[in-house]
Amino acid sequence: MADVAFEAEGTSLEELFTSAWNATLRVMIENPSALHSNSRKSISIEDRSVDLLLVNFLQELIYYKDAEALLLRLEHCRIKGGTEAAKLEAVASGEQIDVKRHHLGTDVKAVTFHRFSLKQEGELWRTTVVLDV
Amino acid sequence: MAPSGCIKINDTLWEIPRSYKQGMKVPARIYASKPLLDSMDSSVFEQVTNVATLPGIAGYSFCMPDGHSGYGFPIGGMAAFDTDTGVISPGGIGFDINCGMRLVATSLTWEEVQPRVQQLVDRLFARVPAGVGGKGFLELSQSEFRTLSEQGMKWCLKKGYAIQEDLDRTEENGCIREADASKVSERAVERGYKQIGTLGSGNHYLEIQVAKPENIVDQKVAGVFGIDRPNQVVLMFHCGSRGFGHQVATDYLQSFLKVMQSKYGIPFRDRELACAPFTSPEGQDYFKAMNCAINMSFVNRQVILHRIREVFSEVFGKDPMELGLHQIYDVTHNTAKVERHLFEGKKRTLLVHRKGATRAFAPGMAGIPGEYRAVGQPVIIGGSMETGSYLLAGVQSAEQSFYTTAHGSGRTMGRNQAKKQFRGQDLEKRLLEQGIYIRTSSYSGLAEEAGAAYKDIDEVVRATESAGLSRPVVKLVPVGNIKG
Repeated sequence: MADVAFEAEGTSLEELFTSAWNATLRVMIENPSALHSNSRKSISIEDRSVDLLLVNFLQELIYYKDAEALLLRLEHCRIKGGTEAAKLEAVASGEQIDVKRHHLGTDVKAVTFHRFSLKQEGELWRTTVVLDV
Repeated sequence: MAPSGCIKINDTLWEIPRSYKQGMKVPARIYASKPLLDSMDSSVFEQVTNVATLPGIAGYSFCMPDGHSGYGFPIGGMAAFDTDTGVISPGGIGFDINCGMRLVATSLTWEEVQPRVQQLVDRLFARVPAGVGGKGFLELSQSEFRTLSEQGMKWCLKKGYAIQEDLDRTEENGCIREADASKVSERAVERGYKQIGTLGSGNHYLEIQVAKPENIVDQKVAGVFGIDRPNQVVLMFHCGSRGFGHQVATDYLQSFLKVMQSKYGIPFRDRELACAPFTSPEGQDYFKAMNCAINMSFVNRQVILHRIREVFSEVFGKDPMELGLHQIYDVTHNTAKVERHLFEGKKRTLLVHRKGATRAFAPGMAGIPGEYRAVGQPVIIGGSMETGSYLLAGVQSAEQSFYTTAHGSGRTMGRNQAKKQFRGQDLEKRLLEQGIYIRTSSYSGLAEEAGAAYKDIDEVVRATESAGLSRPVVKLVPVGNIKG
C-alpha cells in the first residue's frame, strides 16, 4: 500500500495518455497550474505494446523530476500504431521545482504493473495505474 | 482475511498448503498473531502463494508479521532460492532497493536535548533534503557516482564522510562486492547521482527519539548496543536508493518480462513477479546492478549520518564523538543476498530475497560486529511517527525463517484513505501537543503517515518475539521528526 492508484479515460489514446500524465503530475504537485513553461522537452518512445508505451511515457515524467528536478505539463502527444507496436511523440514543458510556489505532494518513484490495465470499452479507452510512492 | 485453507500451526504461525493454488512448489507460511492475520489484505495471501510457485524456492514462501500488499511479493515477504536452480525477481526485492534503517546513539539525555530540539529539527530539515525532487549537497560526476555504487561505504571512508566504526556496524560492512556499474543504465545514474544525502518521501523519515527507562526491555543488551543511560537520545532514519534503485528495478523488470516465459519457460502469474534464473545472463546482470543500488543506498544513509554529525556539532559546539554520535547499526530491508544456511540438514548456498523484511542473525554468527556477536544482530523496526519504534536482537530460533524478521509496523490504511481521514496541519498540531516537533516538505504526505494508518507496532513486535524471529531490547519514542 505504499502506492497511489488512479483511473483515467479518454475518447482517444492521446486523450487517455494526457489524462494519465496529468494524474501522475497531480500526485507530485497540488497546483500544477503554477508551473511556468521555462523548459521544453520532446519525448519520443516506441514500444512493443500500447500498455508498455503508457508505462514508459509516465516514466518520462518521473525521470525528468529526478534527473533535472523538472516538473512538466504535457503540451500535446501523438500516438501511431495500435495495441501491438506503438510509437509516441510528445512535447512537455515546465520548470524546476520551487518549493516556495509549488505545493508539493508525494514523490512518485515508479509506474508499476500492479493491477495495471489498459483497454478499449466501446468509444472509451480506460486505464488503471498504480504508482509507487 | 486469510483464505479458508489457511492452517494454524501455533498462535503466531499460519500455513497455506500447496494444494491452495496450482503450481505451488512449497507451502506459504505467515507469521502473525490472529489480530494481525485478520488485518492482512487478501492480496497478501495471493501474493505469498504466487511466490511459492517460483522455481527453486527453498522451504516456504514466508510473510512477516508486518506483511501487507506489495507488488509481486507482499511487503514483509521473504523467500530463499537455490542459487543453481532458482530465480531472482525484482518483485522480491522492491523498487526501493536497500531501503533500510539506521540507528545512531548520542551520549545526550532528553533533559539536555529538549531545550534545543526545535533548533535541531529545523537544522536537520535544512541539511537533509526531503520530499519531491530533493537534491543532495555532494557535487558528483556520473563517473564518480558509478564508482561509489561499486564501493559503497568504503567510498565514504576515503572521502571523509565515514569513520571505520560506521562500516563495521553496517550490514555487509556497507559494501556488497558483486556490484558492477556497467550493468546499470544511463537513466538510472541520471536519476540518482544528485540524490546522495536525501531522504526522499513517502514513509521515509529522520527522527530524534528517546529511550525512556520504562521502555527498556533488556537493559544488558541495550547497554551492549550503546543505550546505557536514562532518557538517552538516539536518532533513527529510514531511506533508500532513491531514483537510482527505482530505475534499476524498472529497467530489469521490463527486461525479465521479455524473457521469463519465452526464453526460460517460467509461467506468468503477475507481471510484478517477473523473474529470471539466477544463473542466466539476465539474472546475473540484474544481481550486479541491484548490488550497485544496495551500495548507493548505504552511501546515502552514510552521508545523511555525516550531516547529522555536523548539525549536532554546530548546535552543541562540540565534536560529534564528544557527543557520542556512534552508529548503533544499519539494516537493509529490500535486498536479495547470497547467504549460506542450513537447509534440509545440509549447508546450502541460497539467494535470500527479503522485501520489507530484515536479516536477523543469531548470537555467535559471523557477519555481526564483534562487540555485538554475543547478543545477536541489532534489528531496527520503525513504527509510525506517532507510536515509536523498536530496537531488537537476533535469536537462534530465527533459523526457521533463514534468520529473517519484521521491518516495520506495516500499513493498514491506503494513502488516499489516510489523506481523506486526516489533515497534515491537524496532525502536526496534535503531534506537537504530544511533544513531537515535526517538519515536513508536504502536508498531504504527512497525513498519509498518521499513526492510525499503521498496524500497532507493539502487537507486531509481540508477534515477532512470540514467533521466535527476534526479541525486543528497547522501545524508542519520537520527540522530533523530519518527514520526507
